[in-house]
Amino acid sequence: MIEDKRAGWKALIALAPAMAFLLLFMFFPLFNTLIMSFLERFRFKSGGGLFAWNQSFQSIGFGEYLNVLRNPQFLTALKNTFILVIVSVPISVSLSLLVAVALNKIKRLQGLFQTIFFLPYVTNTIALGMVFKVMFSTNNGLINTILKAIGMAPVAWLTDATAAGYWSALAVITIYTVWNGMAFKILVFLSGLQSIDKQYYQAAQLDNASRARVFWRITVPLLSPMIAYVIITSFIGAFKSYTDVIAVFGAGDQVYGPPGSPFMWITVVGFIYKSLKGGLMLPGSLARASAGSVILLIIILFFTVIQLWVSKKKVHY
Amino acid sequence: MEVTELYYNDPKEIRKFKIKTIVFQVLLYLFLVSVAIFILIPFYWMIITSLKTKIEVDLMVPTFFPQEVAWSNYSQVFTQVTLFGRYFLNTIFVSVCTTALVVFTTVTAAFAFARLKFKGKELIFALLLMTMMIPGEMFVITNYMTVSVFKWTETFQALIIPFGVSVFYIFFLRQTFQQIPNELYLAAKVDGIGDFKYLWKIMIPIAMPSIVTIIILGLMGAWNAYIWPQLVANNGPLRMIANGLMVAFTTEFSSEPQLQLAASTLVTLPLFAFFVIFRKYIMRGVSRSGIKG
Repeated sequence: MIEDKRAGWKALIALAPAMAFLLLFMFFPLFNTLIMSFLERFRFKSGGGLFAWNQSFQSIGFGEYLNVLRNPQFLTALKNTFILVIVSVPISVSLSLLVAVALNKIKRLQGLFQTIFFLPYVTNTIALGMVFKVMFSTNNGLINTILKAIGMAPVAWLTDATAAGYWSALAVITIYTVWNGMAFKILVFLSGLQSIDKQYYQAAQLDNASRARVFWRITVPLLSPMIAYVIITSFIGAFKSYTDVIAVFGAGDQVYGPPGSPFMWITVVGFIYKSLKGGLMLPGSLARASAGSVILLIIILFFTVIQLWVSKKKVHY
Repeated sequence: MEVTELYYNDPKEIRKFKIKTIVFQVLLYLFLVSVAIFILIPFYWMIITSLKTKIEVDLMVPTFFPQEVAWSNYSQVFTQVTLFGRYFLNTIFVSVCTTALVVFTTVTAAFAFARLKFKGKELIFALLLMTMMIPGEMFVITNYMTVSVFKWTETFQALIIPFGVSVFYIFFLRQTFQQIPNELYLAAKVDGIGDFKYLWKIMIPIAMPSIVTIIILGLMGAWNAYIWPQLVANNGPLRMIANGLMVAFTTEFSSEPQLQLAASTLVTLPLFAFFVIFRKYIMRGVSRSGIKG
């Protein structure tokens, strides 16, 4: 290789712009938020500068974590988030996989279908959330009209503050999340499927293997790196649910439920923003948000590590 | 198919096989068509509702096609929410500035990681990749403080500067840069072309499709931004389109779905137009992000 003594300087110049932004808006915040989560009753004071430790706080310790973990609203948020993850991830991943496999098996209209399935990716979550709200409206929404037409009772999807309303709202949130998130998964699966060597399928045909057997014995194992990737990213995405929920209720950025129960479907991220909106000057509100975000990070890391560990055993590279 | 038929000599078996194949194909198309309907219904409902009159929207049994097409809903969006046009301009301005900034930081950083040699390169790169796993809320909390220390609340800076870099795009472009053959670089060196000139004259033109993908995804990202603008610029005329939509059309016009969905359509259309024009680049960028593992 040609030696260049000035390479180090050049690298510094080339990296400087990106690094300046990264340091100020990513690495420093990471560090600062972590510290802030241990500063009990943390409050922002004017003239305190950027660093959390120069601001006003009462003591150092796990106090804010205990407050968060004892906060009934956080526990609701945690429960809701887990339910959303458990319900929406399996549905959206398996449906996307089926769609991708079906797409890969047809010749005609493949491009058209692919374009249609990708459309939800290029939309605005708030705008389409409003559409779902109108479709699921209780009085004369499309969905209730269909239900009535086939002789079923209409459902108060997004307007029922009782326990039954909790599950009907979950149905709408799940449908919207699946609708919104399939595009990316289908695209990843399809590009994975297209890179599988056709010889495997020809060999299976020689052996007269059934379609189900081909799917489970060839397609799934060979696609397993993509499946693992999609499951991990879907899990992370679902743990961070927030915009989808407020979008379907469509009544402001702190409304997570029907009238009469506005925090019914609050999520962990929703809890963080709700705390943050308490204001910079309110003692504890930033620290509570920080502690919440660290807990979220730990949950996400925990599940990601488990999934990486499982996929090490199950994924065929 | 050809291979299989060699092994079926019995014409009855061949017929059975053919029928099974046709039935399977029909089922496949039925499945795909039903999923396509599931995907398309919200768009259909959005457009027809946005064209209905107030009277028709309030009918107990909704119509599946507007009896009387009310284009006036669209002009009403702008007259009822006088700032709606402003929100569009804000979003365009912020998305263009953010994207320009991101492209600059991405190209230079990806160049350093792909081409230059320096101490700690692998370590820095690994650190960058790790940040992709961290929930954005951790950054948002401190950035919210930082923005207020800088007195940037309710300014364009607050909407643009914190998004001046993207680890994912650096990663994406570095991969493209690495595919450029080393020989080109050596030949350029022999000709006495400096590193930055090589970046400008050779690498950027070769990597143009990837850069276009970054530009398009970047422009679209700002169109979808909701959480951050809601924190730092949600009181006045600097609202972004998604926030303006939420504030103006959910609280004030909750009983006028035709106006809400006309506004939704207006927000969705530019994105669709973009998608139709740049379909190839968009899908390439999104699917690439899936294969990186």
